[in-house]
Amino acid sequence: MAQSEPRTLFGKLWDAHLVRPETDEAPAVLYVDLHLVHEVTSPQAFSVLRERGIGVRRPGRTLATMDHSTPTTPRPRGTKLVIEDRDCAAQLGALEANCAQFGVELHSLSSEQQGIVHVIGPELGLTQPGMTIVCGDSHTSTHGAFGAFAFGIGTSEVAHVLATQCLLQRRPRTLQVRVEGRPRPGVTAKDLILSIIGRIGIAGGTGHVIEYTGSAIRALSMEERMTVCNMSIEAGARAGCIAPDDVTFQYLAGRPRAPQGPDWDRALTRWLTLPGDPGAIYDRTVEIDGSAVEPTITFGTNPGMSVPIRGEVPDPGSATDVANRAALDRALRYMGLRPGQPLIGHPIDVVFIGSCTNARLEDLRAAASVLRGRKVAAGVRALVVPGSRQVKKAAEAEGLDRVFRDAGAEWREPGCSMCIGMNGDQVGRGQSAVSTSNRNFEGRQGPGARTFLASPLTAAAAAIAGAIADPRELLR
Amino acid sequence: MTALQPFRKLDSRTAVLARADIDTDQIIPARYLKGTTRAGLGRWLFAGWRYDEQGRPRADFPLSRPEAHGAQVLVAGANFGCGSSREHAPWALLDYGFRAVVSSSIADIFRGNALKNGLLPVIVDPATHEILLASPGVRVSIDLESCTLAFGDARVSFAIDPFSRRCLLQGVDELGYLLEQGDAIAAYEKEQG
Repeated sequence: MAQSEPRTLFGKLWDAHLVRPETDEAPAVLYVDLHLVHEVTSPQAFSVLRERGIGVRRPGRTLATMDHSTPTTPRPRGTKLVIEDRDCAAQLGALEANCAQFGVELHSLSSEQQGIVHVIGPELGLTQPGMTIVCGDSHTSTHGAFGAFAFGIGTSEVAHVLATQCLLQRRPRTLQVRVEGRPRPGVTAKDLILSIIGRIGIAGGTGHVIEYTGSAIRALSMEERMTVCNMSIEAGARAGCIAPDDVTFQYLAGRPRAPQGPDWDRALTRWLTLPGDPGAIYDRTVEIDGSAVEPTITFGTNPGMSVPIRGEVPDPGSATDVANRAALDRALRYMGLRPGQPLIGHPIDVVFIGSCTNARLEDLRAAASVLRGRKVAAGVRALVVPGSRQVKKAAEAEGLDRVFRDAGAEWREPGCSMCIGMNGDQVGRGQSAVSTSNRNFEGRQGPGARTFLASPLTAAAAAIAGAIADPRELLR
Repeated sequence: MTALQPFRKLDSRTAVLARADIDTDQIIPARYLKGTTRAGLGRWLFAGWRYDEQGRPRADFPLSRPEAHGAQVLVAGANFGCGSSREHAPWALLDYGFRAVVSSSIADIFRGNALKNGLLPVIVDPATHEILLASPGVRVSIDLESCTLAFGDARVSFAIDPFSRRCLLQGVDELGYLLEQGDAIAAYEKEQG
């Protein structure tokens, strides 16, 4: 390929994976380096392979875990795991049987590496710069934090990748979100991405891959970058990515599945060529002032409906168009909020600290920094669900589990848990929950559940206050 | 290798869900994703809106109205299908009886999933969208050969990826095409080492 045109990070990722370039008549055939699989979106794909009598083309590039339907009920070491929900048990059993039949590595509930698919890929060092990574899960965008092209696919496409290691894709457009300025104390990566989504809208990224750039992004740790990329899909984007740098390489060095020795040196040489060339053109650019971002919380029923924590519930009457007004009206009714009401002090019933957005070690440390020596308010149920067994182990080694338990929070087994409520961890009808997860859609955390999305700091502050609270007051 | 019901022409009344940003958690809530087959999901389509707290159908839900009965075309507000990648969403819509979704914009993953299952995503201009949103039960005619949607005296064209269009017209799925690329894939793998 001629090197005349400066290319973006995404442009390089795309070009390097073309088995066949796209034409007017046919999409590109794009090679997939890593295929992550979980129990909910894969059984029908394995059935397709069986119906057609074909195998998995690259079992070694495929990794399965159990996360969505798995119980997170605390289980003391040595006790036998019983999955009470018969459908969940059947789904987990199907994954086990499919992985055995097709030779796919599976991290089942007894594995020390089990956890949320988007937590274990990076933690094992499987997620690497320059890769194409897919999973039947929209939050696959998380892995873009490493400078990978990572995106969620449907079950038909899961079958395509299992069978051919390829996907048919049209090249998406690029959207640069440049964040300059140092975020203020108490403002986290979660606040940053919620405010970005609020700014560009939940369909603002449709048809695009977002690349996050700028000094505020460079200053983020890998775990924070994952939080940002994770929610790219909540802006409608297929994927989000961040150019790899020393932060990325330091995170990866020594991870079990990362390249070692001479392989590491070769990989590093390749990874250093990935950042966009000077002068590379994005289809669109949005600029955000990182120093102006406040702790941010959602008030409505999609992740774009957010305000600074000290803000008020917007008045639908002041909405710019009819559709917006109707959507706001409906959201406020569902959430039980009044226009103009301050968010601070709004009573809550549940706090959920977990999910592929915010269940890594740094997230748990942040929540623990607020909860240490304090108590969860009477009548509030607080769940802390680590993202993986490794995160759980590391948190326990630091004594974080004690901090949570002493505060009166539940310290649970890893999984998706209350983010999606498939495993029985649900918010009750009409109850309000401050959640560190990624979706506040109607019924997402349980039928009739009211979700306020926020950072681990804000969630922990809410647990103590029994109401929405500004975490900065507890950090002083 | 045919796995799709071919799509050429569709004449049907419309059912309308005028809300914008209908996410896949509304199309089919996560608690109904515990199966291992595609069958029978139509029963839980829009379950959170369609049934009351006791599980009884709500008479005031737009799909329960008489004019929506038997409709194969769903007209929905902008940004339909945002959220999760669950293919259960188009499976549920198809199982319920829909063959096409019409909106002014449709989320990326849902659109791709719909095309792979023979559910036609039709994106129309905002003015046409407004008229269709305001006319539940209107009879529309969708022609995939000519890429047009007609109702009353109106006739508008819509864009669709030529590859997807060909797959739908012929009722062939993408996996067959990908499997035919075996040599190119092997060559790529060899080159990458």
